[in-house]
Amino acid sequence: MAKSQALEVQEKKEVVSQGEQTVPARHYIPLTDIYETEDALTVVMEIPGVEKENVTVALENGILRIDCRLDFSKYGGLEPLYTEYNVGHFARSFSLSNKIDQQQINAQLDDGVLTLTLKKAKEAAPRQIVIN
Amino acid sequence: MAILYADPFDTLLNFQQALDAFRSSGWLGASPSGRGAYPPLNVFRQGDDLLVVAEIPGTSKSDLQIQVKGNTLRIAGTKSVHYGEKASLHRRERSTGSFDRAITLPVEIDADRVKAEYHDGVLALSLPRAERDKPRSISIA
Repeated sequence: MAKSQALEVQEKKEVVSQGEQTVPARHYIPLTDIYETEDALTVVMEIPGVEKENVTVALENGILRIDCRLDFSKYGGLEPLYTEYNVGHFARSFSLSNKIDQQQINAQLDDGVLTLTLKKAKEAAPRQIVIN
Repeated sequence: MAILYADPFDTLLNFQQALDAFRSSGWLGASPSGRGAYPPLNVFRQGDDLLVVAEIPGTSKSDLQIQVKGNTLRIAGTKSVHYGEKASLHRRERSTGSFDRAITLPVEIDADRVKAEYHDGVLALSLPRAERDKPRSISIA
């Protein structure tokens, strides 16, 4: 019974930003799972419809920012008849603690799921002091 | 239902507003749904044919099952998320589970020519209208 749990529809939430976006279109917040293993912090986001080239992952001042643009050209020439969800660009940012090694971030996009693996910074190795 | 003018999608916001406008469209009507309302679907018209688009990120082709009969379309499958064993979860927003949705379209579809594609988490079904369901043009003598 636990295996066949019916999925519920989650409405897309819009981004609430400090200033207005330059392009007056709606940006949505991708659903994200964040989990931590021994050596890395993994951020998994759902960004359906976005291709690899249109994803920007930037880490600046401890803030991880993900921006994804949707390619709308494939919707050209289509007339909507019935809609249940809207589409738009995705954006989300997280502030990271300094325990993350900022040089080693691995990103992978499969089937609309973006997986970011942020390796934790290694603690400084203890120094061996040699006694003369 | 051509309330859309030439090139209505020239700005993104127009397109998003057009999609919003059809949220309350009664085109689909009430239909028998296997279980729940997932995945949310958008139905577009492409000439005479229909295009059904659903966002189902995180599944694979083998986890999806699509069936067509007459004018009923059924999309079923499972969506799973893997965490790994020693993972401590900080935030969980993604849903996992199985879905099974059947919708009854107001037009009949040619089941042999249905094409399904799944790219980047988006399932697109191209449903051509059945020949015998197409209206006949009547010429005025």
